Amino acid sequence: MRTYLLRRLALLALVLVGVSLLTFTISHVIPADPARQAAGPRASDKQVQALRHKLGLDRPLPEQYVNYMAGLLRGDFGYSLTSRRPVAEDLKDHFPATIELALAAMLLSLIVGIPLGVASAVYKDSFLDHAGRVVCIAGVALPIFWLALIFQLVFYRWLNIFPSGMRIATGMMPPPAVTGLYTVDSVLARNWPALASSLWHLAMPAIVLAFASLAWIARVTRTSVLETLGHDYVRTARSKGLTERSVVYRHVLRNALIPTVTLIGLQVGALLAGVFLIEIIYSWPGIGFYTVNAVMALDFNAIMSTTLLVAVVYTLVNLVVDVIYVALDPRITYT
Amino acid sequence: MRLRAVIRRRPVILFSLLVVATLIVLAILGSHAAPYDPLAVDLRMKLQAPSSAHPFGTDDMGRDVLSRVIAGTRLSVQTILVIMVSSLAVGLLVGTLAGYFGSYLDEGLMRVTDIFLAFPGLILALAIVAALGPSLLNAMLAISLVWWPWYARMVRGQVLAVKENQYVEAARAIGAGHVRIMVRHILPNCLMPVIIQASMDMGAVLVTTAGLSFIGLGAQAPTPEWGAMVGVGRRYLLSAWWYSAFPGMAIFITVMGLNLLGDALQDVLWSRVK
Repeated sequence: MRTYLLRRLALLALVLVGVSLLTFTISHVIPADPARQAAGPRASDKQVQALRHKLGLDRPLPEQYVNYMAGLLRGDFGYSLTSRRPVAEDLKDHFPATIELALAAMLLSLIVGIPLGVASAVYKDSFLDHAGRVVCIAGVALPIFWLALIFQLVFYRWLNIFPSGMRIATGMMPPPAVTGLYTVDSVLARNWPALASSLWHLAMPAIVLAFASLAWIARVTRTSVLETLGHDYVRTARSKGLTERSVVYRHVLRNALIPTVTLIGLQVGALLAGVFLIEIIYSWPGIGFYTVNAVMALDFNAIMSTTLLVAVVYTLVNLVVDVIYVALDPRITYT
Repeated sequence: MRLRAVIRRRPVILFSLLVVATLIVLAILGSHAAPYDPLAVDLRMKLQAPSSAHPFGTDDMGRDVLSRVIAGTRLSVQTILVIMVSSLAVGLLVGTLAGYFGSYLDEGLMRVTDIFLAFPGLILALAIVAALGPSLLNAMLAISLVWWPWYARMVRGQVLAVKENQYVEAARAIGAGHVRIMVRHILPNCLMPVIIQASMDMGAVLVTTAGLSFIGLGAQAPTPEWGAMVGVGRRYLLSAWWYSAFPGMAIFITVMGLNLLGDALQDVLWSRVK
């Protein structure tokens, strides 16, 4: 296990260097004129020239990369064109909103997806199983940005159950920032109206974001439970006279949920990508909202920094998931 | 397993065959199948609700939404094909080289795929298009760039298994060169699982492209691309729901049809491989 961890960490370092090399290439090599891009569309030639020199874009590429890396390691992501602040500060403001949304969606897809998958397998070919399959087929095929719009139309415009967007009711003070997650901060501050309001605002985007992951999780759980139910030890457990309930909960679930755990890592990637599409729809001020607005303004530092940040988070989550996977399943030993 | 048996086991396959047949027909006919010119602006008719004359309503320029959805079919099919072919080509090349030659080349190429796979696909594609400039072509290029590593990995795994076969050794013994062995003996035996995977990915490719267009990074107005239509229609969502709803529905149904087809292909082809 220790050698495995060390190897994974070494590989992680390699991947992260590669990731920075890739974002460097995208921001410094692909654009015909990165200085013009950094200066913004309205800058004069002279301003662009000055900026090129100031940003070191007239230096040789390897030297630029070393400077870029040195900046990243200091937490210096450059300045944002749109907010006129260091990108690092913008990220600090926007990232908690995204974490709150993604965590809520992940929680929701696990709470609904796992029981749905288990029930579909245990009651195979029942009405529930068929209904579950329809949900799964639809869930993975629904374009998330469209689903978000349809939800907004139905639950805000027509039924008026949920607010159209934002994190908390307009006019209500957000709870004092500790974690940056409004729901958690409201609980910490014992501010119940703020908790209710932030949960209310969180509900619709989280449900939409959870939909596809939920479908995948239910699907994989179902297959895995079905497979596990066919094992000899399940027959043994049944022949011992154990109740079906105890067979499923004590014997089947523990083994069947291992593939679901690995899926979580991949789903984090899907959730982070989904965030980029639905935050703009729900005016949810996270990094997706920030980045898409940066794309409109060709604000390159902002775009590349969020891309890098998301890759780092995604890679770390997958590392953790892999380690949990090894820890969960005694049959797997990595050296 | 025969096709008929598959249909009996999964009647939804009929739905997916219907979807795919419709896609093909509409892609061939293009805007000839549309009741109106998908680009004809008529401001007097703007944002009309669905009616018998315009079953899907009209958009902010008075264009017929149904005609635009129909015209968008060809674009979607083209997009899927271009991205699939280009990412498969790169994936096959890289995967075969890595698997066949092994050692440092393998290690190096696989670390490159690791780097690409460290990003959620849509987000890396978004950064690439932002650098290249928004257009459908650049979006397709960007998505191909983030898609090939999956195939490269898969092909590599296949090649590693196939190259141990005796017929490969036999080919080498009679003096066949590396290229000949790879192209004639190894590749054909690696293709099936990759084709199955590709067929299951088509829907995801369409959704990703549509997502980029939705943000405004893919197809540009007035191109009748489904994602772009949903994106522009968003501005009128609360007053003219049909503008976004129908193009999005087209994406949804298409992706569902393609996914179900992929599942069925997997059933049919796998049983044949085994």
